[in-house]
Amino acid sequence: MNKITLKVNGQQHIVAVDSETPLLFVLNDELGLRGPRFGCGMAQCGACTIIMRGQAVRSCITPISAVGQDEVTTLEGLGTPEKPHPIQQAFIEEGAAQCGFCLSGVILTAKAVLDVKPHASDHEIRDALGGVLCRCFAHARMLRAIRKYAEGRRS
Amino acid sequence: MTLSRRDFLQSCGALIVTFGAGSLKLLSAQGQGPFDTHPSHIDPQKLDSWLAVGADGMVTAYTGKCDFGQGMFTAQSQLVAEELCVPIERVKLIQCDTSVCPDQGTTSGSQSTPTNFNLENLALAAATAREALLGMAAVKLGEPVKQLTVADGIITSKMGRHVRYEELIGNKHFNLSLSATAKRRPAPDWTVLGKPIPSLDRIGLMTGQFEFVHHVRIPGMLHGRVVRPPEMGATLVHVDEQSVQSVPGLVKVVVRKNFIGVVAETQYQAGIAARKLAIQWNPGPGLPPQNSFFDYLQKQPSHDVLSVDSRDTAAQLAAASTVIRAKYTYPYQMHGSVGASCAVADVTTQSVTVWSATQSVYPTRSIVAKLLDIRIDQVRVIYVRGSGCYGLNGADAVSFDAAILSQAVGKPVRLQFSRQDEMMWENFGSACAVEQRAGLARDGRIVAWDREDWVASLGNRPGYDQPGNVITGMLLGYEPEPLDPRSTKAPAGKLRNRSNTVPSYFAGCVDGGCGGDGTIRSERALTHTVRSPFFTGPLRSPWRIQNTFANECFMDELCAHTKSDPVAFRLQHLRNSRVIGVLKAAADAANWQARSSPRADISRAQTVSGRGIACVAYEGDNGYAALVAEVDVDLQSGTVRPKRFVVALDCGPISNPDGLRNQTEGGILQGMSRALVEEVTWDNRRVTSVDWETYNSLHLDYEMPTVETVFVTPSNVPATGAGETAITVVAAAIGNAIFDATGARLRTVPFTPERVKSALLEHAQSAERA
Repeated sequence: MNKITLKVNGQQHIVAVDSETPLLFVLNDELGLRGPRFGCGMAQCGACTIIMRGQAVRSCITPISAVGQDEVTTLEGLGTPEKPHPIQQAFIEEGAAQCGFCLSGVILTAKAVLDVKPHASDHEIRDALGGVLCRCFAHARMLRAIRKYAEGRRS
Repeated sequence: MTLSRRDFLQSCGALIVTFGAGSLKLLSAQGQGPFDTHPSHIDPQKLDSWLAVGADGMVTAYTGKCDFGQGMFTAQSQLVAEELCVPIERVKLIQCDTSVCPDQGTTSGSQSTPTNFNLENLALAAATAREALLGMAAVKLGEPVKQLTVADGIITSKMGRHVRYEELIGNKHFNLSLSATAKRRPAPDWTVLGKPIPSLDRIGLMTGQFEFVHHVRIPGMLHGRVVRPPEMGATLVHVDEQSVQSVPGLVKVVVRKNFIGVVAETQYQAGIAARKLAIQWNPGPGLPPQNSFFDYLQKQPSHDVLSVDSRDTAAQLAAASTVIRAKYTYPYQMHGSVGASCAVADVTTQSVTVWSATQSVYPTRSIVAKLLDIRIDQVRVIYVRGSGCYGLNGADAVSFDAAILSQAVGKPVRLQFSRQDEMMWENFGSACAVEQRAGLARDGRIVAWDREDWVASLGNRPGYDQPGNVITGMLLGYEPEPLDPRSTKAPAGKLRNRSNTVPSYFAGCVDGGCGGDGTIRSERALTHTVRSPFFTGPLRSPWRIQNTFANECFMDELCAHTKSDPVAFRLQHLRNSRVIGVLKAAADAANWQARSSPRADISRAQTVSGRGIACVAYEGDNGYAALVAEVDVDLQSGTVRPKRFVVALDCGPISNPDGLRNQTEGGILQGMSRALVEEVTWDNRRVTSVDWETYNSLHLDYEMPTVETVFVTPSNVPATGAGETAITVVAAAIGNAIFDATGARLRTVPFTPERVKSALLEHAQSAERA
């Protein structure tokens, strides 16, 4: 067990875990966060996505030792139920989910690509979402919500 | 202390909604209230089993039908708000907790709406409660019921006096039975039900606050993992516990017959122990080769059922002007939930609590009691939503596994499957083969249709007493429900078409009554159920999607042979007005041009386009759908690209049009993924589809076609299911569109580029021969 300092959603935490523990387990079990979820453990589906260094990162294959001083943002770190982030607001307005288990992958991956490239085309956004899986197939509404957020962001 | 159920509800109902499940542990013992007897301690005939009005005017409703993300929580809240004339914010819905909710069996088969939204169960309870409250108000206000109006939970008299629900009944039992004569509020008066209320889980989901079963945390909780056999039928020889003694945090290796699990302090440690545990297995019997699987399937002993048999098909086919034959095959497919299944169990010496995403809380309660050898009334199963399941995914098995591990260590255990545990051992959607034979008269009408299907089947939902129907039970020594090969019995009574074996065009005559939707009177539908080498179980539109693919594509073949328009040809053989209604509505909305398929103007371009149509009366009478698919086919690569879907859906009165639209779009696109890429694979020993690289699903980068949804709502019909209707026709509509575009007929799902290319080649060769 190692004591590791971690900055998540604007707060410092100290956790005592094996340094090879996946970041996902620390977020879920040590910090009680619900946004990132275990889907496959192999970076194939996106359910565990967080944002680190401005990139969408798969927390299921990221050992806690690889996080270092970088801040981690999870889905609940974007906005609150009272004050959702604009991309969350767009998803709320479009009702862009069914079971919603996959949402960290969808929302955070789209946000990360639009942060870097605000004028990303539909094609570029879809490309970025290539490794994200939604088995309820709420795809149409999700892409509509992302487009709505992207347009709002530009104007 | 024994609290009454009502006292319990007063405190616990709110807790379930507002706090995490951890709070519930403290209350679980109190949940064993005065109604606790087996099999269901909550009498569905009693109004108090369904509804309670608190002193604060909140209406708490208890349902045995739960939401998997398709909107049933919101729709049922709307229903209760509507019938009781209160704002939806004043309704607290408690779903599927065996301590407080009625036993409504399994939430599945598009049955939640027909069960709870017509004149029984939850809807009837809410209507009964409204009428009872009006009756109480009439006494209290001294004016007859017909002079009373109700809004916002306040009953107002003609004289202008009013009384609130909570003043009449707050915190008290109704002590009434459900009234068979209670009247539902008429649909034209609805203000909450039938409206596109935004789903109530939306904000929680989008902001990461929503509690899935994966998030349930109990004080003192440990983490488990199961270690499944390497292949079906393998048996345990030896577990070397020494192999994991050095794993930090390991609590216990649990072995029962062929069941193996590990329990550790953290998920990470449990995962290491599961990987390191050295186990010796005896191999299983091996698997039939995948490339000739359907030939194998058709040669096995089978359990046979005739849905319909006019006993003249052989003679009519012999006399027909033309006979057309075709064989269709549909593969094993997966539920493939995005989240690996998870459950938390807390087994103590007095009680068992299981937090589970099962579709079947009461059956799960019975099976847990059986596997742990304890009394049923000691077990409480609380539904907490999981990742979308689309049927029997790993949720039941993981709940049983967690309970076994918790019992073994005497502490709460959270168990989450690995991706491989989930995919290798779930109950797959059945593989099916369908052989079709039909005779055409000289005028092009279908005179006889004979169809035979072979369904691979092993296990099913465990129900109340069949643990061997899923992997956990089998590993513990229970057999799956037996499949007794027996000779065929003639159909009797009424036509049953639950699995859509009988095409819509059959007259469906059984014992003199013709319950089918069509006109063909020389008809036979025979089903052979064959033992499957893998577990199978209901997967969204189970057996119906397979049968409808074969029936609607074959109908298209007959139509093409007569050079008729696919819509007109269907209409010629249909007599059910609701199937006709959706067929016409879809064709109209898609601007369908009457002509035969394949299109006469197939270009020599690399990409060709076509359109196809298919329709279904889901389960015979549980919802109606017709779908027009427009696709592009790349002749060089064999890639099929759906561009546009237009679906017409008739499910009677609609509870929430936005929810229905969302679910319909999801069903269509999921159906497209299943039609184009999804197929379970195996080698001679084991399933090889074990992750998202070895089982295909269309990811979010796929260029989605547009989906246009048209609702057809006849008046004065009951509410039917809608969750599986649209998906049922997708593979058929796409297959028919490919034929229209190319002249090549795809008879095997999924329509992979290789299969499309080989169908194109075959078509070109037969055209050359002709």
